[in-house]
Amino acid sequence: MTQEIIYSIGGVLLFCIGLYGLIACEHLFRKILSFNIMGGGVFLFLVSIALNGDNTPDPVPHAMVLTGIVVTVSATAFALALLRRINSGTGAETLGRLEQDASDLDG
Amino acid sequence: MKADEPAEKITQRILTAFFAAGLALVLAMAVTDLPEGVGLSGDAQESLKQSGVENSVTAVLLNFRGYDTLLEICVLLLSVLGVMTLTNGRIRRPEYSIDPLLHVLARVLVPLMVLVSGYLLYEGSYAPGGAFQAGAVLGSAIVLSRLAGLAAVEKFNRAFLVAAMLGFAVFLIIAVIPLAYGRNFIEYPPEYAGILIFTIEASLTISIAIILYSLFSGGSAIPSRSHPGGRKN
Repeated sequence: MTQEIIYSIGGVLLFCIGLYGLIACEHLFRKILSFNIMGGGVFLFLVSIALNGDNTPDPVPHAMVLTGIVVTVSATAFALALLRRINSGTGAETLGRLEQDASDLDG
Repeated sequence: MKADEPAEKITQRILTAFFAAGLALVLAMAVTDLPEGVGLSGDAQESLKQSGVENSVTAVLLNFRGYDTLLEICVLLLSVLGVMTLTNGRIRRPEYSIDPLLHVLARVLVPLMVLVSGYLLYEGSYAPGGAFQAGAVLGSAIVLSRLAGLAAVEKFNRAFLVAAMLGFAVFLIIAVIPLAYGRNFIEYPPEYAGILIFTIEASLTISIAIILYSLFSGGSAIPSRSHPGGRKN
């Protein structure tokens, strides 16, 4: 019981640290990393609710985590490709820089 | 925090930190108060006999919640297509020389990794393992051979990308066939479920490995023609 709660709260903390990073960090790469940390928190939480005392763990959250990990990998790869494209096209690495460049072009 | 940052930004960060801490507190209170014993564990164990496999996670992934896995391989394919579109196949590859030690190590490791991948695939029917783990190991074997400049990787061509779609295609066909016999989508007949799941898993393994490698190499499965420090033979 205590073990489950420690893992669940660990997952919640990871999720919130990731959320803070996602909002507070400006660099897009850090935002992608923060998003991954949030995902890690969700997976930890899902695995912890699968714990079922001494019995066999609940397979449904496990299957969801397995699916989630693969989707995270592919989404991260796509996000990184987008970031590289933005960076090579505009030289910007933050959303603020992008907006600034766009308004410079307009003005 | 840097000293020259405007005060507005620092205030924003502090507010964000408070927001995140508050959310953590609320969520922590919620997770300590979760009802117990409401999982689907019992249901999954009960219907395990009809699923065609002995491992409950594999049964959930490929039988009970087959939709998830079908859509997941679809997401993987879409991300490869997205990355390929973005990079336009014009990825600048860093010029690096291949470490001779890595080369020798890879020649020992890659066959072992392929073996482990096959074992994980086979084992998935009765123990933890299956297409995703096997695909990840096989994918990293391909990445390693590419980093070590093994000759095998240089022979990849467009057929390689067709293989990336194999998993989705096979899964979709096997999922649709039951419709012709008046069953539901992804409702395998229990007597064939085992072999059907293994077929899907085998093709998923190949696809996942190739998709992971394609994502690593920037959407293009075709490596650069010149390997500056590569093997000369």
